[in-house]
Amino acid sequence: MAETTVERPPAPVTGYGAPADDRTPTVICDNVHIVYKVHGGGSGKGSATAALQRIVRRSPSAGVREVHAVKGVTFVAHKGEAIGLIGSNGSGKSTLLRAVAGLLPPTAGRVYTHGQPSLLGVNAALMNDLTGERNVVLGGLAMGMSRQEVRDRYPGIVEFSGINEKGDFVSLPMRTYSSGMAARLRFSIAAAKSHDVLMIDEALATGDRAFQKRSEARIRELREEAGTVFLVSHNNTAIRDTCDRVLWLEKGELVMDGPTDEVVTAYEKSAG
Amino acid sequence: MSQTLAPPDRTAAAPSVVPTALPPDPQLRALAERHGLTVSGARPPLREYTRRLWARRHFIAAFATARLTATYTTARMGQLWQVVTPLLNAGVYYLIFGVLLHTRHGIPNFIPFLCTGLFVFTFTQSAVLAGTRAVSGSLGLVRALHFPRAALPIAYTLVQLQQLLFSMGVLAAIVLICGVPLTWHWLLMVPALLLQSVFNTGLALVMARIGAKTTDTAQLMPFVLRTWMYVSGVFYNLSAFTGSAPHIVSAALNCNPALIYIDLMRYALIDTVRAQDLPPHVWPLALGWALLAGIAGYVFFWKAEEEYGRG
Repeated sequence: MAETTVERPPAPVTGYGAPADDRTPTVICDNVHIVYKVHGGGSGKGSATAALQRIVRRSPSAGVREVHAVKGVTFVAHKGEAIGLIGSNGSGKSTLLRAVAGLLPPTAGRVYTHGQPSLLGVNAALMNDLTGERNVVLGGLAMGMSRQEVRDRYPGIVEFSGINEKGDFVSLPMRTYSSGMAARLRFSIAAAKSHDVLMIDEALATGDRAFQKRSEARIRELREEAGTVFLVSHNNTAIRDTCDRVLWLEKGELVMDGPTDEVVTAYEKSAG
Repeated sequence: MSQTLAPPDRTAAAPSVVPTALPPDPQLRALAERHGLTVSGARPPLREYTRRLWARRHFIAAFATARLTATYTTARMGQLWQVVTPLLNAGVYYLIFGVLLHTRHGIPNFIPFLCTGLFVFTFTQSAVLAGTRAVSGSLGLVRALHFPRAALPIAYTLVQLQQLLFSMGVLAAIVLICGVPLTWHWLLMVPALLLQSVFNTGLALVMARIGAKTTDTAQLMPFVLRTWMYVSGVFYNLSAFTGSAPHIVSAALNCNPALIYIDLMRYALIDTVRAQDLPPHVWPLALGWALLAGIAGYVFFWKAEEEYGRG
């Protein structure tokens, strides 16, 4: 059984992902496996009674579980491509993107990239207790902008988010924002910087209709500035609109890699 | 013309074996080399790492200030808590050790003595605690953005340093109210604090790596730290004990970095603490601990740089 897993999956030598053509590769994934640990309720924070119950029942589930999220994915992405990632929930799409971004190291295999790919999103760097103003600065600095760059782009970010349209909201703590307003500000901060390899992880079109239009236009701009774009989405229309190539992942394995129409059609057929 | 790389078989569970021994595909590696692609997320060399960390110094400062502001923002008294918290702490310990247990015997200026020890130790204590959770508590940030991870423990130590500076203001007021004169010796606070900060940063970096791998550390640390506090002479004069103890025990106790930084601060602030009351070789030891913890902690943390996202 072990022998079958050590076998290398067929390397893509022709067609999509062919290493032998003259296009410039920007991302190469070579048989990438990702295993990450999930700490069950047993460690870290957890209620004392739950912990006591586990001890009394001697339940072994309190330990650490390993999740084999990506199993031997190989592909080559080229400059100018917009690649969609599809697959059911939990098929390893976001995990794969994190590995490409160098945020989650592959357990086995290699990821080669041109420059530093970036995930579009700064949510994790922002703090709800701070004013919108300070979050723009913090988010900008977290993405690697200099103080001067942040100062220069600050008015643009605030204007794009449109949160100041109904009064001076930017000087209020973010926890006082409606969820739509917060999402708009987050997107505006994240989209303020352009990248070599850009990765977008679903659910970007947030906010009201007007803001959705604005953000779609901004994503198109970012796509044009970026060398290669990855888009994770469950919205097949968005994938058809933006991508020219699609990777279909299922249970961490690459099921299909090809032109958008072909793969999305096959995916839709299998999903029923 | 697409190719199906694996059968879309959704029923059979794939064996969860990771082929770690598999060498990289030579064809793909050659392609990567030809176009100047590099391994994503690879750990940069130490010098390059330091350069990137320095480039993120504004982020570190902004992150630390933001954390500090966010701590008290929902409290009605707001930032006033930064002053009130150390005062209350000092009050509690004064009640227990000064009034009830009478450890004050033979210590002139007991209140300044106690407060100095307490505030200085709290700096190390909270830096270690914050460091332990620095990476494991910011996993979302680590998995979303790219920056040298050492920025996190350093920023958390910086938060504690800012807290300490508030405490030092309170301390200066307490010391003056208790009738201790303001002398040139107070300037010695600056090098003492500087060395302690480097020491604490190193410790926070070590704990951040350990805490990222074994999350149970966060549960264990309070006990370790409390033990450390009791052997560091925060509430009583340790030299009364080391005088009668066997040489090796007293030497070990006198090398305790927490004791050294506390004693230096007491020496700087309180005029009745004289140079002969200090443990032997106190300044070289203070410098040595700072350099050892700072350099070793930094290298130790950097060694696991690419793995922090795994959790």
